[in-house]
Amino acid sequence: MPQQFWRQTSLVLTAVVLGIPLLVICWSLLDLLVSGSETLSHLWQTVVPEYIRNSLALLLGVAIGVILLGVSTAWLTTACRFPGQKFLSWALLLPLAMPAYITAYTYTGLLDFSGPVQSTLRSLTGWGFGDYWFPEIRSLGGAIAVLSLVLFPYVYLITRATFLQQSATTIEAGRSLGLNPWQCFWRLAMPLARPAIVTGTTLALMETLADYGTVQYFGVTTFTTGIFRTWYGLGDLNGALQLAGILLIAVVMLMLIEQWSRRAARYDQRQQRSAEPFRLRGWRALAAASVCWLPLLFGFLLPASQLLSWSVQRWQIWQSAEFWQLAGNSFLLASSAALLVMLIALWLAYGRRQVNNPVVRTSVTLAGLGYAMPGLVIAVGLLLMLGRVDQWLIALSQDWFDYNPGLLLSGTLFALLFAYSVRFLSVALQTISAGLAEIRPSMDEAARIQGYSPLQVLRRIHAPLLRPSILTALLLVGVDVLKELPATLVLRPFDFNTLAVRAYEMAGDERLADAGPPALMMVLVGLIPVILLSRAMLKSSRKALKEPEFV
Amino acid sequence: MSSLTLQHIGIMIAQNPIVRHVSLTLASGEIGCLLGPSGCGKTTLLRGIAGFQALHEGQILLDDQVVSSSTTTQPPEQRGIGMVFQDFALFPHLTVAENIAFGMRKASSTERRLRVDELLTRIGLPGYQGRYPHELSGGQQQRIALARALAPRPRILLLDEPFSSLDAELREKLALEVRQLLKQEGITALLVTHDQQEAFAMADKAGMMYQGELLQWETPYQLYHTPRHQLVADFIGHGVLMQGTVNASGSLASPLGMIENSALLQVAAGTPVSFLVRPDDIVMDPRSRLRGTIKSRGFRGAHNLYTVALPSGIEILTLSPSHEQLEVGSKIGLRPEFDHLVVFAADYCELPGSWQLPEAQTP
Repeated sequence: MPQQFWRQTSLVLTAVVLGIPLLVICWSLLDLLVSGSETLSHLWQTVVPEYIRNSLALLLGVAIGVILLGVSTAWLTTACRFPGQKFLSWALLLPLAMPAYITAYTYTGLLDFSGPVQSTLRSLTGWGFGDYWFPEIRSLGGAIAVLSLVLFPYVYLITRATFLQQSATTIEAGRSLGLNPWQCFWRLAMPLARPAIVTGTTLALMETLADYGTVQYFGVTTFTTGIFRTWYGLGDLNGALQLAGILLIAVVMLMLIEQWSRRAARYDQRQQRSAEPFRLRGWRALAAASVCWLPLLFGFLLPASQLLSWSVQRWQIWQSAEFWQLAGNSFLLASSAALLVMLIALWLAYGRRQVNNPVVRTSVTLAGLGYAMPGLVIAVGLLLMLGRVDQWLIALSQDWFDYNPGLLLSGTLFALLFAYSVRFLSVALQTISAGLAEIRPSMDEAARIQGYSPLQVLRRIHAPLLRPSILTALLLVGVDVLKELPATLVLRPFDFNTLAVRAYEMAGDERLADAGPPALMMVLVGLIPVILLSRAMLKSSRKALKEPEFV
Repeated sequence: MSSLTLQHIGIMIAQNPIVRHVSLTLASGEIGCLLGPSGCGKTTLLRGIAGFQALHEGQILLDDQVVSSSTTTQPPEQRGIGMVFQDFALFPHLTVAENIAFGMRKASSTERRLRVDELLTRIGLPGYQGRYPHELSGGQQQRIALARALAPRPRILLLDEPFSSLDAELREKLALEVRQLLKQEGITALLVTHDQQEAFAMADKAGMMYQGELLQWETPYQLYHTPRHQLVADFIGHGVLMQGTVNASGSLASPLGMIENSALLQVAAGTPVSFLVRPDDIVMDPRSRLRGTIKSRGFRGAHNLYTVALPSGIEILTLSPSHEQLEVGSKIGLRPEFDHLVVFAADYCELPGSWQLPEAQTP
């Protein structure tokens, strides 16, 4: 059928267009392999080993950090009962609302020489400058700590879902065979949860690789800062592109690890009844509570109160028209990007439902791959391509009309919206696909046979049933766009600022307190998906398993 | 109330013939039933009648009006057919009343309310108007799905394994209730199932599909007692196929002894045949020379179903009332008592000479 053919072609084209930034980078990598490059060999001799060393150390540290924090809290809040366990089980998601770079700013504010911690220490002991040793937060160790505190909820969320699904009989069989609670954890629960732990950790590590704000502020040279420096500092676009290519390889390797872990082990347990929890008392309850409270305290409560105090301290900012202009920019950008992404996701999701063949399925999957790509990688690839197209357009326009239209694509919001679509499509796609899956094909047919035309079916059945998924997709994408720093930084039009960029600039100018209000605003908005997530998590443990990729 | 006629229809999905050469007729007000193992094409056939599948060949007539042919397919929403889906497909965002009234698009709101009330009473769920589907049990959802399909007074009703997701006890009860309801409403209906009890309980006409072909289209009684095809004999009811040879005098020489029956008259002498032995074709008779050893006993409530091994090693089935317990291993006498003997050519699946494609039969 020709109609079917055009539909399929358009779906494949959508996927290809969304894949352009990645294709550009893959091309540059191929180019590098075939012809070799002087820039990279130069970079390779100077900075690349350092990037690799730092990135690996960062990945390793964050992996250990998120596993320690995530698994321990997940096990304690699911398998044990102690005071505050109910509250903690959703509150432990709160650190997700903090963009990592914002947490980094607050800890710098808290822990540097003039910050409240060291000041108090000095006034208590009477020490002066140089009299004592204090850990430097702006270091590799600091970056590891901050990223672990912000990203551990990924591991927490997914592992928790697995622990909840582990059937009562498994643990009961363990107890009946003479294992105590600790042995149950190490010998049964942990091995069963291993695939989930790997998945959660790789998600956290992908975020780590994508992070620019934290490592840049802490002066840790990794690939993201390297790309930025090579490009803006040295003006070497090719070098930046090739660094982005290496970063891309690292991400793909992480994805492969994640795929492998899912394939390697799937433990299906039929039993619905969840295990009888261990009731903790006395010092055990106290210990469990503090293990769970500490990540919450350091991951959310402390940084959030620091932001709050800065916001109060700089209350004038809240009254300035410029700040609200900024907020307006951000929200407008976020909502238009969310709308665009949602529409593309609807188009693809319906395409996959109606033209269900391998070609379409593969295209839709490929279109959703952008979530794993660091924003900076997407931005670099996109800018190169759009820049070329712009040059060509300018030449064409000058030839024909003797008029220079300027950078139509790469210099406008078009580039930003494009990048957001690539990066956040899968968030919307997964939400909408999940919603669409609830509408069984037989419901369409039931309505058709009762005399409704396809369009009426869409309006009477699909629209009301899909509305919650569409709203969720809009919210999740909107909030993600609002928080996204590196892509916005690179692609924003001249003189166009957002909250994220403002917070970054203020922190860069050592005006941390001024970064408070925009950062607080982002955190408040960032709470929305966390609330959605925690509600979904409490509603059904099963659903929570699908949720993490939405964040 | 309408009649349904299928004429030699064939349906292809992705170049695979799923339904082949199927013809059948349902008169106004009749309930038909398609039986068959899963994957035999019966659901596809139903979807073809509903208009969800285009025909590759043949045509479908509703009241002598062509709704599907190899060239045209009238859209499902214009056919006035009702359908009950295997998974019920109730709309989760609508209440029971809204679900039932969903297809009554042209009716006034009073009409709708009255019809909803009437149907809810008929299906035994009065007062459920304001509930949502997720608040109902499986059996209740099934009844609402049926009421929804009936509400617009469809010309014919299609039911796709309507009871398959219910437990066995409920299934039989509902099947009878649904038959009563359909008869009350006077609706022509076609049901698809893999459960023969369901088919026997509901159908006026039944047929068995196998690999896309309709093997027989007759009353359930005929399907059980005079299967025209070995596969039908095999699929429907308990039974054993035995081998034998027809001799010159027209009797059948078999492991059960010589059998005489009018069905053998049309078979040429010397033909090796296989014939169907149902448990109720064998009666226990202590004086009979045919002896067998009881291999196993299955308790079936009112009676026991025995598997008996004949001296030749062939096993057959027989029934006896359950209060006379016979022990496994004991020897018993058996006597064949065929009301109607079902004979097939031994090397081929069909009764010699009497097999033809089930032409559209007029009742």
